Amino acid sequence: MALKTETMVLNMGPQHPSTHGVLRLELEIEGELILSVKPHIGYLHRCFEKHAEAMTYPQVIPYTDRLDYLAAMGNNFGYVIAVEKLLGIQIPERVEYIRVIMAELQRIASHLVAIATNGADIGALTPFLYLFRDREYILTLFEMTCGARMLYNYMWIGGLSHDIHPDFVRKTKEFINHFRPTVTELNNLLTFNKIFIERTANVGILPLDTAINFGASGPVLRGSGLPFDVRREDPYSIYNRFDFEIPTGKGLVGTVGDCWDRYYVRVLEMEQSVRIIEQAIDNIPEGDVQSAIPKRIKPPKGTVYARVENPRGELGYFIISDGNINPFRVKVRAPSFVNLEVMGELCKGHLVADVIAILGSLDIVLGEIDR
Amino acid sequence: MGLLDKEFSDGNIVIAKVDDLMNWARLSSIWQLGFGLACCAIEMMATSASHYDFDRFGVIPRNTPRQADAIIISGTVTLKMATRIKRLYEQMPDPKYIISMGSCANCGGPYWEHGYHVLKGIDRVIPVDVYVPGCPPRPEALLEGLLKLQEKIRNESLRKKIA
Amino acid sequence: MKNPEEIFKLLKKEFSEIILDLDKETPTESIILVDPMQITKIGKFLRENEELKFDSLMVLSGVDDANGTKTKDEDGSDMISGGTLSVYYHLHSTVLKHKITLKVSTQRENPQVESVYNVWRTSDWHEREAFDLFGIIFLNHPDLRRILMPYDWEAGYPLRKDYKNPEFYKGMKVPY
Ligand code: SF4
Repeated sequence: MALKTETMVLNMGPQHPSTHGVLRLELEIEGELILSVKPHIGYLHRCFEKHAEAMTYPQVIPYTDRLDYLAAMGNNFGYVIAVEKLLGIQIPERVEYIRVIMAELQRIASHLVAIATNGADIGALTPFLYLFRDREYILTLFEMTCGARMLYNYMWIGGLSHDIHPDFVRKTKEFINHFRPTVTELNNLLTFNKIFIERTANVGILPLDTAINFGASGPVLRGSGLPFDVRREDPYSIYNRFDFEIPTGKGLVGTVGDCWDRYYVRVLEMEQSVRIIEQAIDNIPEGDVQSAIPKRIKPPKGTVYARVENPRGELGYFIISDGNINPFRVKVRAPSFVNLEVMGELCKGHLVADVIAILGSLDIVLGEIDR
Repeated sequence: MGLLDKEFSDGNIVIAKVDDLMNWARLSSIWQLGFGLACCAIEMMATSASHYDFDRFGVIPRNTPRQADAIIISGTVTLKMATRIKRLYEQMPDPKYIISMGSCANCGGPYWEHGYHVLKGIDRVIPVDVYVPGCPPRPEALLEGLLKLQEKIRNESLRKKIA
Repeated sequence: MKNPEEIFKLLKKEFSEIILDLDKETPTESIILVDPMQITKIGKFLRENEELKFDSLMVLSGVDDANGTKTKDEDGSDMISGGTLSVYYHLHSTVLKHKITLKVSTQRENPQVESVYNVWRTSDWHEREAFDLFGIIFLNHPDLRRILMPYDWEAGYPLRKDYKNPEFYKGMKVPY
């Protein structure tokens, strides 16, 4: 006679050391096996969209910083592009170049955190310390430019809040020279580490059609093998001038679309970002970064949807203007919000310990999930 | 032989007040509950990572409130979260300390006006020992906050607490 | 790759009576207005038609159009009655690389829209969010609960323009 068994419900979070913020996962388990995962979100719902309706257009920018606080430059970028589209203004070349450089530096910094926490969650604490050291390097560059370490309010509608520091170009080149060997070091330390591969290869496999149907984007989608990148697909700013590759998951150590692939896509992307910075850094034209900032920002009636490639995926802003000085509605398509939806699919049939690895490989930021 | 060893080489007895001894022990190993809420949590992480090295003050992140002496409320507290924080706080053993990090935890920060779902200050729910201003506070500011907390602990007395 | 007019013509041919209009007042994108009770059918068509292949829903956003009659209630805050709530669908095809925006409008008093859960799984949480913040009811959604606000939030739908925040929630003071 078969024994009657019952499933157990286990709560992970909102206070849990590896949920990357205040996420609560409701796991239904049978022994160690996961039957279903239900994410509960909203513990960091900060009413961004309500704030955006109450503020003028430029005042919204600092709030966009706080959406995805690991990639604040990218958030600014998306928002200002959307408003500039509404206004229909042209941006000086110098501004475009600086924006791209900043966005790419931010991508590196953000991926560093993603990789570091992904490693730290499943037990590799040493890379965490190394990678945060390199991240500090980038933060110093930002700090030199605009005075803030994390939340910059740097890109303004039509321009930038500050011009770059005279030393910026030299320091950035120094950083690139410093950073190239670090990637090799990282690969030796973590990427091809036997234990790390054991924990992540063939875990949490995301087939491509599921990924598209769930609307996944960024490294999560590319890890499944589709070279989809908004920078290439729907070029904004001046990305069509640069030469870079779009790394995809190849299943080097396991199956295409597993945790390791998503992880490795991030590593490769950092190298591509370095390439873009190298192409841009020597070509920054002269000019004034604030000349195109409109005196009065009052877009005409209409709607706009602008999207950019943030480190976590496709970040979109849907803005409705009713001709006033504050937006009628701002809706953010947050990449992590959409990427987290696949969590339930990915975890089915895995062990409890794998949930951590899968969550780390999705690289979510609760700030933009809950907004 | 290290400096400290030399000091105690002839006569290894130290006489101290119980208060001083206890306070010294408490303040030099403040174990914090590893608990990040929002953007400020990233700065807290940066503080404990290599560059700023929180460990040298004896601050080690613990994963459960039952092993923690201090909790750093690092970020925006929403109404949904506030009840959980209260629960966590109640699970911590005495003596327990709270550092409120960042404007959000202090008073609602940028979300004070239209934040229909933001708790305007963690001190509406649990008592706070040290407020660290900033949005986000720099790691140096958090370190300063910790030093302030240590100072507070240094001046505590067992007797006063009972009375 | 097709531009919005071509897509609109294709749709008009297929569903002559339910596709309402092509809205071009906007400076940057044109929007196809659709009947809220037929959106699933249209979604399926958009997704499966060989010439369209809209396989990804980029974003689904609820909007309070605030076009009803505004009145003041006794303590001076706005009240809106009548008018519409809308839902916007931004679609994109990863294969053919074209984009289109759909819009449905529904009555503010009884906002009901068909769910596109079975067409694009992305819409699951987006629809829950629109329900949470605007109170739009998505018919046939398997799990329509609040998502961002607490499950026991009783003070209404916060992103509606006439939303009024409660004074207390579980004994905690809410306003500053
Ligand atoms: S104080 Fe500023 S940095 Fe800290 S959580 Fe609040 S918004 Fe984020």
